[in-house]
Amino acid sequence: MTPTLSATHSDTVRRIVADLKGRPGPLLEVLHAVQASLGYVPEGAVPLVAQGLNISRAEVHGVVTFYHYFRRTPPGKHVVSLCRAESCQALGADQLAEHAKRKLGVDFHATTADGEFSLEPIYCLGNCACSPAAMVDGRLYGRLTPESFDAMLVKEQGLKKS
Amino acid sequence: MTVTVYVPRDASALSLGAGDVADAISKEAAVRGVELRLVRNGSRGAYWLEPLVEVVTPKGRVAYGPVTPADVPGLFAADFLNGGQHPLALGLTDQIAWFASQQRLTFARVGIIDPTSVAEYVANDGYQGLRRALAMTQQEIVQAVLDSGLRGRGGAAFPTGIKWKTVLEQPAGQKYITCNADEGDSGTFSDRMLMEGDPLALIEGMTIAGVAVGATQGYIYLRAEYPHAYRALNLAIEAAYQARYLGSDVMGSGKRFDLEVRLGAGAYVCGEETSMLESLEGKRGEIRVRPPLPAIKGLFGQPTIVNNVMTLGTVPLILHKGAEFYKNYGMGKSRGTLPLQLAGNIKRGGLVERAFGVTLRELLYDYGGGSATGRPIRAVQVGGPLGAYIPASQFDVAIDYEALAGIGALLGHGGIVVFDDTVDMARMARYAMEFCAVESCGKCTPCRIGSTRGVEVIDRILGGVESERNVRQLEELCETMLQGSLCGLGGMTPFPVTSALKHFREDFRARTRH
Repeated sequence: MTPTLSATHSDTVRRIVADLKGRPGPLLEVLHAVQASLGYVPEGAVPLVAQGLNISRAEVHGVVTFYHYFRRTPPGKHVVSLCRAESCQALGADQLAEHAKRKLGVDFHATTADGEFSLEPIYCLGNCACSPAAMVDGRLYGRLTPESFDAMLVKEQGLKKS
Repeated sequence: MTVTVYVPRDASALSLGAGDVADAISKEAAVRGVELRLVRNGSRGAYWLEPLVEVVTPKGRVAYGPVTPADVPGLFAADFLNGGQHPLALGLTDQIAWFASQQRLTFARVGIIDPTSVAEYVANDGYQGLRRALAMTQQEIVQAVLDSGLRGRGGAAFPTGIKWKTVLEQPAGQKYITCNADEGDSGTFSDRMLMEGDPLALIEGMTIAGVAVGATQGYIYLRAEYPHAYRALNLAIEAAYQARYLGSDVMGSGKRFDLEVRLGAGAYVCGEETSMLESLEGKRGEIRVRPPLPAIKGLFGQPTIVNNVMTLGTVPLILHKGAEFYKNYGMGKSRGTLPLQLAGNIKRGGLVERAFGVTLRELLYDYGGGSATGRPIRAVQVGGPLGAYIPASQFDVAIDYEALAGIGALLGHGGIVVFDDTVDMARMARYAMEFCAVESCGKCTPCRIGSTRGVEVIDRILGGVESERNVRQLEELCETMLQGSLCGLGGMTPFPVTSALKHFREDFRARTRH
C-alpha cells in the first residue's frame, strides 16, 4: 500500500504538476519542486506525479531513486552535507566525518534524535581550494576543522533556512 | 567622489566569510558617514587571499586580503578607500605575481566585473564575439571554431568545431545547444567560478553556438550542488533577455535563441554527455549506447551540441579576437589556454589560467607554493576521480593532452588535487572503486559489478589475504572495466587504481587493524 499524503500535501503536488507538465522533459523539475516545497519526495507523491504526467509509477520511482539528491524521508531542520571527495580527503575529510558523526551522534543518511540535523555525504561542492568543505541549507563552508564545524552548527541553528 | 569597493560573492569566497566582510564594510561606512559603491564580483581565483577586498584608485585596483570582519575598522582607519597602507595591503591587484604571470583569456573578466551587469560585460569586450558571428555565415563561424583548435574542456578533448560541423550538417529542424555544467570532478571549480563570476560569457557562447548551427533553444544542465551558480545564471539570463541578447530577436538579427537552466540531482554519471541528455529529458541518468552521436540524435532525439562550460565560455573570445589569436597559445595539438585548478593539500590553491605547456611542477610549486601542511608532496591526481595519480618523479610533465597521455595520465577538466606524504594510496585506490560503485548508473556490468568487486579485492589485499594473487586479480579486473564499460565512469576508474598500484606499490600491503 502506498501511504497517502495529507490533503495539503496532495494539493501542493497536484499544483506543481499542473504548473510544470507542459515543459519539455518535466519529471526532474517536478521532483525538484516537490522537494523544495515538502522537504522530500514522499512515497505518496509518486502516484500523483505519475498520473499528472501520464507516465507509470515505476518510471517516477525509478527516477526518484536514481538521484542522490532526492530524499524519500523528511529531513531534519538543517541538512549538513559533508564533502567526502578526494580534495577534501587530502586535508582530513575522513577525520572530519568521524568528528561530525560523533558530534551529532548519527551516521551518514540519518537525522539527529531532536530532528535538528540530517547528515549527508556529498561528492564535491566545488570548494576544492578551501578543503575540507561542507554545505548547510545551501550555505557553503570551507577549511573546516572540528572546532569550526561545531561553530558552524551553532551558527546554522541561529539562522533561518535560506 | 564615491569610491568603488569589490567584495566577491563567489561561493568559495563566501565560504571563507566574504558575506560578513561585505556587511562589515557597509556598516562601517555608514557609521563613518562615508559613501561607497559596493560591488559583489566573482573571485579572482586566489583563494588563499580570499576574502579579497579591492578598492578602485586612480592608479588601479588595490587589493587587501585575506580580510576578516574584525579587520574592517582598521582598514577604514588606514584609509584603504584611498589605497592606504595596512598589514593586509597587497598592492595593485594586477601586479601580484600570482596573477601577473597568468594568461587569462577565458577568465579575462572573472573577478573584474559585476557579473549581473550587461553594461559592464559589454564595456569589457562582451558580446563582441556574437556581433561578429552575426555578420558571418554559419559555415564561417564553425570554421573559426575549427581553426582555433579548441578542444572540449570537459575532459574528452574532442575538437569542438567537428561537433559543431556535424550538427550544422543535419537537416534543418529543432536543434539544441546544451551546456554540460555538471562539474562533478573533485578538485575542479572553474565552471562554477565562470558561471558565478562571468555568466554572460557562457550565455554569449551558447548563443553563438545556436546561431552557428541553427539551434533556437539552449539548456544549461547545472549540478544541484551549485546553488550560487544557479542564482547567478538565472540573474544573468534575465538581464540578457531584458537587453535583447536572448529571445526572439537576438541583437536585432531576427534570430531567436532561448536559454534556461535545468538542475541535476546529484548524480556524477550525468556529467557523461548521453547520461546528461537522459537527465535533461527528465529520466534516470543512464548511459545511451553510441552511435548515434548526440550531434545527430541528441536531446529529445534531435541534433544537439553538448559542450562544457569552459568550452562555450571560450567561444566568444575566439569569435571576437579570431581563431589565429587563440591558436597562437599552447603547444602541439593542445591549443589555447587552460584554466587549471589547484586543490586539496596546496598552500596557494585556486585558479591558474595558462597556455598549454606549463609544467605540473610550475603549477605545484611556483603557483601553489607546495603543500598546505608544509610536508613533501607525494602524489597528485590530475583530471578528477577518474584521473591517474602522478608521483613526484613525473612532476616535470607538461600540461598538454598528449604529454599526459604519454605517461598514462589524463588532463580531464584541469583539476589538480595535491596529497602530502601522509596519504595512503591503497586507501585512495579503494576510494576510486567505492566512488564508482556509488555513482554507477547500473547499465553495464563491468562498472556496476566490477567496482564493488574492486573494493572487495582491495580489502583482501589490505587484510593480508593472498596479496600477490589479489593484486593480479585487481589488475585483471581493471583491464575488464577499462575494455568493457560503456562510458568513462567504469572505463576510467581503473586509471587511479592502476596508477596507484604502479607508482605506490609499497602502500598495497597488509595492515594491522586497530
